[in-house]
Amino acid sequence: MAMNSDLTGLTLAEARDALAKGETTSVELTEAYIAAVAAARPLNAFVTETPEKAIEMAKASDARRSAGTVGAMEGLPLGIKDLFCTKDVLSTASSHILDGFQPPYESTVTTNLWNAGAVMLGKLNMDEFAMGSSNETSYYGPVANPWRPEGDNRTFVPGGSSGGSASSVAAEIVVAATGTDTGGSIRQPASFTGIVGAKPTYGRCSRFGVVAFASSLDQAGPMTRTVRDAAIMMGSMVGFDPMDSTSVDMPVPDFESALTGDIRGLKIGIPAEYRIDGMPPEIEKLWQQGEAWLRDAGAEIVPISLPHTKYALPAYYIVAPAEASSNLARYDGMRFGLRVDGNDLTETYEKTRAEGFGAEVQRRIMIGTYVLSAGFYDAYYLKAQKVRTLIGQDFEQAFGQVDAILTPTAPSAAFAAGEKSGDPIAMYLNDVFTVPASMAGLPGMSVPAGLSDNGMPLGLQVLAPAFDEMTMFRVGGVLESAAAFSARPRKWWLA
Amino acid sequence: MRDIPTNPDNLIAGETGDWEIVMGLEIHAQVSSNAKLFSGASTEFGADPNSQVSFVDAGLPGMLPTINERCVEQAVRTGMGLNAEINLYSVFDRKNYFYPDLPQGYQISQFKQPIVGRGTVTIELSDGSTKEIGVERLHLEQDAGKSLHDQHPSQTYVDLNRCGVALMEIVSDPDMRSAEEASAYVEKVQRIVRYVGSCDGVMAEGSLRADVNVSVRRPGGELGTRCEIKNVNSMRFIRQAIEHEARRQIEILEDGGKIDQETRLYDPNKGVTRSMRSKEEAHDYRYFPDPDLLPLEMEQEWVDAIRASLPELPDAKKARFMADFGLSEYDARTLVSDRDSADYYEAVASGRDPKLSANWVTTDLFGYLNRTGINIAESPIKAAQLGQLIDRIIDKTISGRIAKEVFEVMCETHQDPDAIIAEKGLKQVTDEGAITAVVDQVIAENPDKVADVQGGKEKLLGWFTGQVMKLSGGKANPQAVNKILREKILGD
Amino acid sequence: MSLDKDTVRRVARLARIEVAEDRLEALGQELNQIIGFVEQLDEVDTSSVAPMTSVAKQKLRWRADEVTSGGQAEKVTANAPASDMNFFVVPKVVE
Repeated sequence: MAMNSDLTGLTLAEARDALAKGETTSVELTEAYIAAVAAARPLNAFVTETPEKAIEMAKASDARRSAGTVGAMEGLPLGIKDLFCTKDVLSTASSHILDGFQPPYESTVTTNLWNAGAVMLGKLNMDEFAMGSSNETSYYGPVANPWRPEGDNRTFVPGGSSGGSASSVAAEIVVAATGTDTGGSIRQPASFTGIVGAKPTYGRCSRFGVVAFASSLDQAGPMTRTVRDAAIMMGSMVGFDPMDSTSVDMPVPDFESALTGDIRGLKIGIPAEYRIDGMPPEIEKLWQQGEAWLRDAGAEIVPISLPHTKYALPAYYIVAPAEASSNLARYDGMRFGLRVDGNDLTETYEKTRAEGFGAEVQRRIMIGTYVLSAGFYDAYYLKAQKVRTLIGQDFEQAFGQVDAILTPTAPSAAFAAGEKSGDPIAMYLNDVFTVPASMAGLPGMSVPAGLSDNGMPLGLQVLAPAFDEMTMFRVGGVLESAAAFSARPRKWWLA
Repeated sequence: MRDIPTNPDNLIAGETGDWEIVMGLEIHAQVSSNAKLFSGASTEFGADPNSQVSFVDAGLPGMLPTINERCVEQAVRTGMGLNAEINLYSVFDRKNYFYPDLPQGYQISQFKQPIVGRGTVTIELSDGSTKEIGVERLHLEQDAGKSLHDQHPSQTYVDLNRCGVALMEIVSDPDMRSAEEASAYVEKVQRIVRYVGSCDGVMAEGSLRADVNVSVRRPGGELGTRCEIKNVNSMRFIRQAIEHEARRQIEILEDGGKIDQETRLYDPNKGVTRSMRSKEEAHDYRYFPDPDLLPLEMEQEWVDAIRASLPELPDAKKARFMADFGLSEYDARTLVSDRDSADYYEAVASGRDPKLSANWVTTDLFGYLNRTGINIAESPIKAAQLGQLIDRIIDKTISGRIAKEVFEVMCETHQDPDAIIAEKGLKQVTDEGAITAVVDQVIAENPDKVADVQGGKEKLLGWFTGQVMKLSGGKANPQAVNKILREKILGD
Repeated sequence: MSLDKDTVRRVARLARIEVAEDRLEALGQELNQIIGFVEQLDEVDTSSVAPMTSVAKQKLRWRADEVTSGGQAEKVTANAPASDMNFFVVPKVVE
């Protein structure tokens, strides 16, 4: 029998293969992870641990395997971002307002994963309602990044909003985790924690049963240790769902088969506009390094222009809050979750929402309400949706010339907790490289590619045309091999 | 707004001069469908609290809308009934406001781009005239749930069964000038939705409700400030509410006051309208396209197929009844008031005298149905039976008078007329010999009257006919009686 | 455009979020910072650009008119802060 730490050290693909060979069982693997989760509580990565459910699911998985039924994710223990509704299991979106909420239904994405044989370890902490880039807005407290610069005992943020997902994957306390990405919430935390995070094309993953932040942008995706793991897991998350009107009815390719290692002849675009003012030299350097790796692997590097890049973030901060202000209207204390009684109905609404939502969520609801209000709709919302059209056209033109685009994932490495929490705009700028693809609904992934000067992980982002996740994985796989990122965080929480 | 000439009959005399009412209506018609507009819960009326609620309707986190094709089709059918433009591309918007019977915190509706555009409805007034009322638009939207305020002294109970049921909101132009016009408009819209089968039109169950925008002005003058009277749920209440509201506004204006634009509720018990929620803040619904739904797009061929499948509409049917059957406007209007009546009539009139058929249907049959409160679709006297009765009049088996008698028996026993005629021996006597015997008897018994007739009072012949008919138990053929009487008395 | 105290109060009211009177000013400043940031968009000429309706370039799918849900009043109300006889119970609504 393998040692526990050996088991949790396996990638998703390795664990899958070990299970297939009978070298371990799902129960054994799950028990190892349950112990690792318990030992890593200082990370605050989980809102809810579900060890009993995990063991039960693992047993069922082992039974299925004995009976000869093996799904693509058979027996693999996952963490689930708490934005996904899971039947009869507390689902909070890391918000006080969802106090005690146990959905009587399961999200389509998690249903797909369970149907593929996966096991749930619990629900992962996140920025409240997925609004944040540092996982400091959670009602359940901030999540710690497993990484710390050498000799620095401060807590660093894991990025956000899928901070619990990123942190738990990086800390090897789950095989992999689900994330959701509205403006970069999978890719940016993946970059901050040295893991792979992939967002498929908008419409690939059903949004049914996922607590909505901004409906036109929200998209689920895998957060894993390797590109191969991401390809395997994405294959089990996506798929047409008639319950989501924006879900696309398209065949799902075998993403893992994209990992040929061969990108000879592919054209890789380098967008000039991503070279922003004040970009840290280490980011610039890493980006050039990535370019070199891909060129060395036989790709052709093509300078491209995405002229409206600069406007993606401001447009995003109109569209996303506008949709959120409406999506979050249902949290009113009437049918589920928190109710704070007032003297009358209106007061009850106002008190419930003032206490139930944290500062950042309130801020975004206010912004969204304002930009949609009478007299401002055209100037803000309509304008932003027009700019969004232009952003989409930029990408369409670019993908007329190139097969994929390479950029940095984030403008910096992870920062210390509290460093940017007083300055919303500084925080928003974390997503400057991830938001444009979100606005255009394109697939994108972050691949760990190196370390910052202070030894924190940095990722590079690969963007691909709509529904061409195959090219995204193909390029991502080559990047991963070339970077050979092998650094791991020191497990300080075990000390 | 169209320029509509002032009709002096519609003016209301105030203390300071005449006033004219100006009205536009918003009709909410519940779409006939099995399931709700955006969820798979049932639309059936009167179920247990929250038993027809999906997680989508309850606005639970992560739930998403998916559109019911039947509701789209019904909106298109209705649009065609309103002679309106069908928009192949329309958009669903969110109308944002907080209310406990609105679980999502927004109503999915159509704001800038509705599924149906401009149309026209022709209304028919009691003086036999007609008037065109403009329809601004028809859009699809979700109904809200129901709040019950009388279950608890300090709490409201919320039932979401109706929440999410598809409604068609039909918005008219402000083209109506009298309570009669307004109720005629509602009746006409009700008739149209029933004809096309898109709504059952039952006002008492709330499946057709009207909000009436009422303002008053000097004849032909500037439009006044309007008040919206919400959810008036019967034709009678519509007329009462408008009349009361107009008088209320006129009184205020004549006293030098001004009208506050507000929403009012009609109280049928007191016969008054009263101010509804005090609007402490102006509404700001923050409409924007629902990002959970894509734009609604329809293929022209699909729309054409619906048009082809549409039943004949009331106006066309009325015109045909008048042209093909020679019916009066009044009879035609009565017969097309609903599809079942029109169908019944056509079945009776098929191959028979259309006017005689119309008389029997509108007078005798409708009289019987009204008396008994039976719906024509459930009439125990079938069209074929009434047809047979008319046939017996035409082929002179019975007289018109005997036919009335037979009909009365049909109402009681639901038997075929032939069976009743045979059973009761009501077959008309055409045998001249038998009639002559009775004629002779009457002549013999009334020599003075015979002399009067012969002396020039030919009108008295009718009296003789009546006596002969009476003695024959009504069975004698009146034409034969008349002929023989003339022969015997006048020697014609 | 900037949000003064009255605007913040009005927006908070529309959003049904209680904001203490002494917080209005500071909140207004925070929001102004964001509004100032997004107003960069004014630089973009969008006069001949159609607004994006959805990144999903497909038509709205229609579902069949079938009853597929319901009969679950207990589940629907299970998470309610207050319920009675399968009704949601809420503070008195005054009409």
